[in-house]
Amino acid sequence: MHMSGTRDIRADRETVWAALLDAEVLKASVPGCQELDGTAEEGFHATVTQKVGPVKATFKGTVTLSEMKEPESLHLAGEGKGGAAGFAKGGADVTLEETEEGTRLTYDVDAKVGGKLAQLGSRVIDGFAKKMADQFFERFQEAVEGPSDPEEAPEAEATGGKKGWFKRLVKRDA
Amino acid sequence: MPKDHGIGAASKRREDVRFLTGTGNYTDDINLPRQLYVHFLRSDIAHGEIRHIDTSTAEGMPGVKRVFTGKDFEGVGGLPCGWQVTDRHGAPMQEPAHPVIAQGKVRHVGEILAAVVADSRERARDAAEAIEFDIAELPAVVDMKAALASDAPKVHEDLTSNLCYDWGFVEDNRDKVDEAIRTAAHVTTLELVNNRLVANPMEPRVAVGDYHRATDESTLYTTSQNPHVIRLLMGAFVLGIPEHKLRVVAPDVGGGFGSKIFHYAEEAFVTFAARQLGRPVKWTSTRSEAFMSDAHGRDHVTKIELALDADHNFTAIRTETHANMGAYLSTFAPSVPTWLHGTLMAGNYRTPAIYVNVKAVFTNTVPVDAYRGAGRPEATYQLERVIDKAARELGVDPVELRRKNFVTEFPYATPVAVEYDTGDYNATMDKLAEIADFAGFEARRKESEARGKLRGLGVNCYIEACGIAPSNLVGQLGARAGLYDAATVRVNATGSISVMVGAHSHGQGHETSFPQVIAEMLGIDESQVDIVHGDTSKIPFGMGTYGSRSIAVCGSAMVRATEKVIAKAKKIAAHLLEASEADIELKDGQFTVAGTDKSVAWGDVTLAAYVPHNYPLEDIEPGLEETAFYDPANFTFPAGAYACEVEVDPETGKVTIERFAAADDFGNVINPMIVDGQVHGGLAQGIGQALLENCAYDANGQLVSASYMDYAMPRADDVPFYAVDHSCQTPCTHNPLGVKGCGEAGAIGSPPSVVNAVIDALHSGGHKVAHIDMPLTPSRVWAAMQG
Repeated sequence: MHMSGTRDIRADRETVWAALLDAEVLKASVPGCQELDGTAEEGFHATVTQKVGPVKATFKGTVTLSEMKEPESLHLAGEGKGGAAGFAKGGADVTLEETEEGTRLTYDVDAKVGGKLAQLGSRVIDGFAKKMADQFFERFQEAVEGPSDPEEAPEAEATGGKKGWFKRLVKRDA
Repeated sequence: MPKDHGIGAASKRREDVRFLTGTGNYTDDINLPRQLYVHFLRSDIAHGEIRHIDTSTAEGMPGVKRVFTGKDFEGVGGLPCGWQVTDRHGAPMQEPAHPVIAQGKVRHVGEILAAVVADSRERARDAAEAIEFDIAELPAVVDMKAALASDAPKVHEDLTSNLCYDWGFVEDNRDKVDEAIRTAAHVTTLELVNNRLVANPMEPRVAVGDYHRATDESTLYTTSQNPHVIRLLMGAFVLGIPEHKLRVVAPDVGGGFGSKIFHYAEEAFVTFAARQLGRPVKWTSTRSEAFMSDAHGRDHVTKIELALDADHNFTAIRTETHANMGAYLSTFAPSVPTWLHGTLMAGNYRTPAIYVNVKAVFTNTVPVDAYRGAGRPEATYQLERVIDKAARELGVDPVELRRKNFVTEFPYATPVAVEYDTGDYNATMDKLAEIADFAGFEARRKESEARGKLRGLGVNCYIEACGIAPSNLVGQLGARAGLYDAATVRVNATGSISVMVGAHSHGQGHETSFPQVIAEMLGIDESQVDIVHGDTSKIPFGMGTYGSRSIAVCGSAMVRATEKVIAKAKKIAAHLLEASEADIELKDGQFTVAGTDKSVAWGDVTLAAYVPHNYPLEDIEPGLEETAFYDPANFTFPAGAYACEVEVDPETGKVTIERFAAADDFGNVINPMIVDGQVHGGLAQGIGQALLENCAYDANGQLVSASYMDYAMPRADDVPFYAVDHSCQTPCTHNPLGVKGCGEAGAIGSPPSVVNAVIDALHSGGHKVAHIDMPLTPSRVWAAMQG
């Protein structure tokens, strides 16, 4: 299956780029992620628990980054084995463009599933994958720029601007 | 008045007492002392190179006895194919090795990668999850035409291509057919798909292997339609166990529909593992496993051309079919699109020139083999759809076009090698017009239209070749087996009878209908006769049940054996009555000296045979038991005419079957109630194919319809109350009972009439739709209506 989309993130391109390579951000962004460690250079190992239609499984897998053109684009490839539940694998081409408000992130995802996931979940898999992608980038955006929840916004303004935890972290370190 | 016993009586199915009260003895009910359980780790990718399998963690897990992989089967034979097709150029088909457990590569989702044997099912399953493997995924081939491209990935790299064979039939007809099509007044062309199906018997497959060291004897309990065939294939070709050391038992079996004919890897595995481990090993398929390991059915893509002259006589038929074999050749797979398909392309019609081309193709999918009808539904569907399309193109009545071209004189030799011995196609069409109420259709259509619905009437005929099959003929055609059958009639001392038959009953009701024949012949009560089947240690070497052959072939063997019993019993009676053997008559269980009142009862004669005090020991042996083998002289040719009436909801494309009528000619009928049931079941399966069922793969070879959430089986509200009739009877001319067989007719004859009816309904609403491929789901029908 094939999906694509864009997100406008209120952060500069270098910040978004750094976030994409950060294990903690990825862990917080991947829905159902239990564990994630490793580095952008050597690849990440992840454990993710998800329910697809009637199949609930824990996937162990790897995420590798390649074709890295800092800070413009990269390719992200993932593969997870869910034991008796089957497997999922996919790749995403991610590009970052500078815009007036920050960065436009464009993604182009190809994913496939196999085994029981395909046998039992094929009717729901497209919707599931779209939901996963939406959630991932939603959470990624939140991590980078802070929650979009309007009730939290005034407080954020009061403490000197709305910032995501990653942005705060990056700025503090800087 | 209907008979209440013997041939023609609607005797109640005696086996239903145990089936309906939960006291059947199915393979899964068999549990042996010290039994182990196997769980098969199956490939979840369609095509890949096995780089590494590590079973060490799994082997250390609690309760695990041993983990087997392809390596353990390197010295063991592969699963044999029972039919070799010769291609158009005289070369044998390409026949790949078919390992019990994958070796080097996996070639379809569901193929066995490893087998864990443990002391419980759950522990075996848990340990299977701990097997580590590395499979390098290769591009999969799923689409048949793409599989034949020169640069397509090869399913088997040791074969020259993915083409199993390119079969032409009859090759000598080819030029004549091309010429007839070139010069025809009208040619109707239709391209269609015969959708892949999963058999889905109610009982999934089960196998229990057992081995006794002291006697060196192996026993396989399995869900099979033909235990002797399994014993022969597995013993001789896979495991090398001599037949006297191998017993195969197929106890109560909950439906097969063809899918339980074949010899499967799991059967060989449990028998092998039981010998290795010295303990019984049991496998029970889950429904998910059944979807990806039971042989699938159909899966043909066909182009058919029908040529007609100016008077609408059929002059030629030319077909080109791609038939999916799946990743390996299942036991009888090559015969299905060829000899069970091409030979039926004449249908019920006089078409002087026919040429059938079939390309059988390997793909990364589950093997495909015989499923109820096997080749004959595919032939019937394309022929009856193209005739309907021709009638529409020519603006003539589809029933009249059929009648005009019916074969009316018998025997009739078709241009596709078979000879119909008898039939009366106008009679079944007349009967159909009556029971389907053709006359009332227009009024029903108006009534539907008043409710905003489109109503259509679809009709088709069918013919099938059953009573499979003359051994010398099928031997010439490539069969690696004989197709006779056998029966032993064992008369007991007090006159009751046990009949050991080679046929296997798994829903057909043999335990009821076979005794009716013997009761008729001897004039004794049916309750005095029992059938023994399904155990190679008890029954003679028969070939089992498929191809609507049981009563026509095994029943004939039973008649021959009973005739031998009667001949001997008459000798005994003649002795007891001090009369000449030639004067003895048997009627109503009494032996009488013709023209006198001197008689002796059946029971007195049988007792004399076993207590031979007053007995002609110098002339005949004691005892009363006879065996006969029967090899049919020809196929039988059941035929009939079916009509379906549908309503289509123009808003949604939803099809509802309002009426369905079936007029069949099965020759003589032993038990009309059982025949009704067979037709009902067949119709439900045919309607399922036409409207609901579809086995689907994605482009990567993933099976995406592997549960009842995605594979739509027909339910009670999908089928109407049927009108069935089998009163048109032209008895088979070459078997002693005059029977033809009825097991597959419903599934063969029904899909075209359903599709014809939907097309008719759409045309009545102004939608000029030429064809929709099965299954006719609401979305497909709706899309077709949008043009």
